[in-house]
Amino acid sequence: MRYELMYESFFKIAEGVPLTIQLVIISTILGIFLAIAVALMRISGNKLMSAPAYYFVYLIRGTPLLLQLYFVYYGLSQFEFIRESILWIILKEPYWCGVITLTISTGAYSSEIIRGGILSVSKNHIEASGALGLSQVKTFLLITLPITVRQALPAYGNELILMVKATSLISIVTLMEITGIARTIISKTYAPVEIFLVAGSIYLVINFIIVMLVNLAERRLGIEKAT
Amino acid sequence: MKNLKLLIIGLAISAISTMAFADGHWSKIRIGTEGAYAPWNFMDSDGNLVGAELDLARDLCSRMNAECEFVQQDWDGIIPALVNGKYDVIMAGMSVTDERKKTISFSKAYMTEPARLYTTSGNPLTTFSSEKNLNLDDDGNTTAGTISALNNAMKGMKIGVTEATIHESFVETYLDQSPTTYKTQDEMNLDLAAGRIDVMLCDSGTAEAFMETASGSDVVTFGPNIFGGLLGEGVGAGIRQGDADLKAMFDKAITEAAADGTISRISMEWFNGKDLSP
Repeated sequence: MRYELMYESFFKIAEGVPLTIQLVIISTILGIFLAIAVALMRISGNKLMSAPAYYFVYLIRGTPLLLQLYFVYYGLSQFEFIRESILWIILKEPYWCGVITLTISTGAYSSEIIRGGILSVSKNHIEASGALGLSQVKTFLLITLPITVRQALPAYGNELILMVKATSLISIVTLMEITGIARTIISKTYAPVEIFLVAGSIYLVINFIIVMLVNLAERRLGIEKAT
Repeated sequence: MKNLKLLIIGLAISAISTMAFADGHWSKIRIGTEGAYAPWNFMDSDGNLVGAELDLARDLCSRMNAECEFVQQDWDGIIPALVNGKYDVIMAGMSVTDERKKTISFSKAYMTEPARLYTTSGNPLTTFSSEKNLNLDDDGNTTAGTISALNNAMKGMKIGVTEATIHESFVETYLDQSPTTYKTQDEMNLDLAAGRIDVMLCDSGTAEAFMETASGSDVVTFGPNIFGGLLGEGVGAGIRQGDADLKAMFDKAITEAAADGTISRISMEWFNGKDLSP
């Protein structure tokens, strides 16, 4: 074990942490909106809405994230009409290709979590809300959504952790996040075990923090339930 | 007493097995290559490893009376995998450099070609003119002019290299901006054609192979031939430092193949008529 190398490379690899966290935060925020939209489309009862949502989730969950990233980054750039369109301003940048791919991925997975959460809200609650004279929108915001969040949170915490790990693929599109920097160092020092141990422990710390935050949120929601 | 006996027997066994090892050890040689660096080594449409180095390796193996086995390995792990014994030799368009010699040893160079800069036809760099050659072995005063002219011309542009290559070291050492790094040449080719990078630096042979394809038809070269110094002494076979016997076998076979014109023939066949023999 080259401990000194591990110590030195820790600081270099840590420089990738802001990018990793940025990718996770931006993609999860965009992804949650996408997920809510897709989940609502799925349970809308309207075939024109639910069918596209169903196939979207099927497509994204059924293909590897690595291939999706290749497709968005290297695939779309093959088409001249895309390179000449206004989309190219965004698609030209590896950063946004990464964000788009991660957003689509987490959007598809989370929509299923949210759909499960919404479906778990009992009919009685909805009927009671109607009996109290609440509108459909108010029922959704005040009754369905809070219950859904509480139901979905444990599964969604899992999704957040998966997202952090998914960012490790982003280095294939020239972005230097944690794994990208680690691989660069390995290619110069030929010490994969040491460097990956360092990179792995950084992921562990990030995910530990996320687990703590999710636990905290779960406890908060639990307290609300008790009162 | 019993322990001593065991020790003697143990030593005897290990001596015999070492002898056998040295004798028949290299009847089979496993060669690691990347398979993503046309025309040196790449995958054909059926997924077979082909290229100049594959042909050369077969020729060298037959000169050494050994059987060749090829192993595909991604570039960024190609040296660690040699050190860890996944294969015995690297033949992957790898330049012999002092930096790499700290970890592995090399046969003598079997081919050599300069690095060059590439851009696309709309770029102002296409009109860049400079000395014909940039030899990094020349002293700093001679090379400084060409290097600063390059830096001025490429100000604010994105320069792509494949990671962990001599080209990455060149950009980091001599150029003002840090490079955009790619895992493979193929990926960098796509991004140059798409306009995500303005310039790519790589071996001329592999770039010329790309320029012959439809998606590379827009690619043009500019600037000097770059060689010497940290760009190394040409492309050689990487061998573990402990395997001096294997290195000697390769050196001998390469000398023979260069002398009888085999390397020239293989090179001209794969590199569009160019002779890269040392």
